[in-house]
Amino acid sequence: MKFTIMINEGPYQHQSADSALQFARAVLAQGHEIYRVFFYHDGVNNGTRLSVPPADDRLIQKEWSELSKENDLDLVLCIAAAQRRGIMDEDEAKRQGLDANNIIEGFRISGLGQLIEGGIQADRTVVFGD
Amino acid sequence: MATKKFMFVNRKAPYGTVYALESLEVVLISAAFEQDVSLAFIDDGVYQITKGQDTKGIGQKNFSNTYKALGDYEVTKLYVEKESLEERGLTQDDLMDLVWEDEDDDYAEKPSIIMVSRSEMADVMAEQEVTLSF
Repeated sequence: MKFTIMINEGPYQHQSADSALQFARAVLAQGHEIYRVFFYHDGVNNGTRLSVPPADDRLIQKEWSELSKENDLDLVLCIAAAQRRGIMDEDEAKRQGLDANNIIEGFRISGLGQLIEGGIQADRTVVFGD
Repeated sequence: MATKKFMFVNRKAPYGTVYALESLEVVLISAAFEQDVSLAFIDDGVYQITKGQDTKGIGQKNFSNTYKALGDYEVTKLYVEKESLEERGLTQDDLMDLVWEDEDDDYAEKPSIIMVSRSEMADVMAEQEVTLSF
């Protein structure tokens, strides 16, 4: 089965960021396909490379990044949500005249159309949020 | 591109958190993709479409007029749960008069709001193919 996963909450603040990661792993372990993972609302904070949690804690963003690399996942941060919350890739930072970017490898920034298209293409769309 | 039945479930008050505002942004995009779109308003989500919203005191944009424009995007099915209104001491009279123009019926204005009971809402949800919850 083909899944699109939507994540609406930020890492550390809310369990849904972890639950989505665990769900994605379970989906792949069962031999299913993940068409797209779409990050919205504070969920875009799952895509920063500047998180520094205490040493004994998990680094959720890096776990997504590695899962993406291992399984060729399409991880998409909503551009409107990302701009509001200061999540930038190199192109977007340049376009906005900002002095830095902070997106972690494995993610890309794109529009909400990617969520709708993901919903159309997938057999199931699963939302993780509050 | 294929057409699917999309439902957006609005559960939160319009202000206080950003969910309602960002939900509307997704609704408008889904309409641009010409999907079969329905909205559900349950729990505090019913406050999103109440009349007379005034945000001056909280320094936030009042986006309630966007709901009035949904008909122009062919988003014409707004399911409102009766129990959620009743639990909050609201009636349909407290909601905005949301309508759409039926071009197949000489552009007659028709109501977009469909009042349903909790169990009817469950039936409507069961018919959907993609349900996004906000």
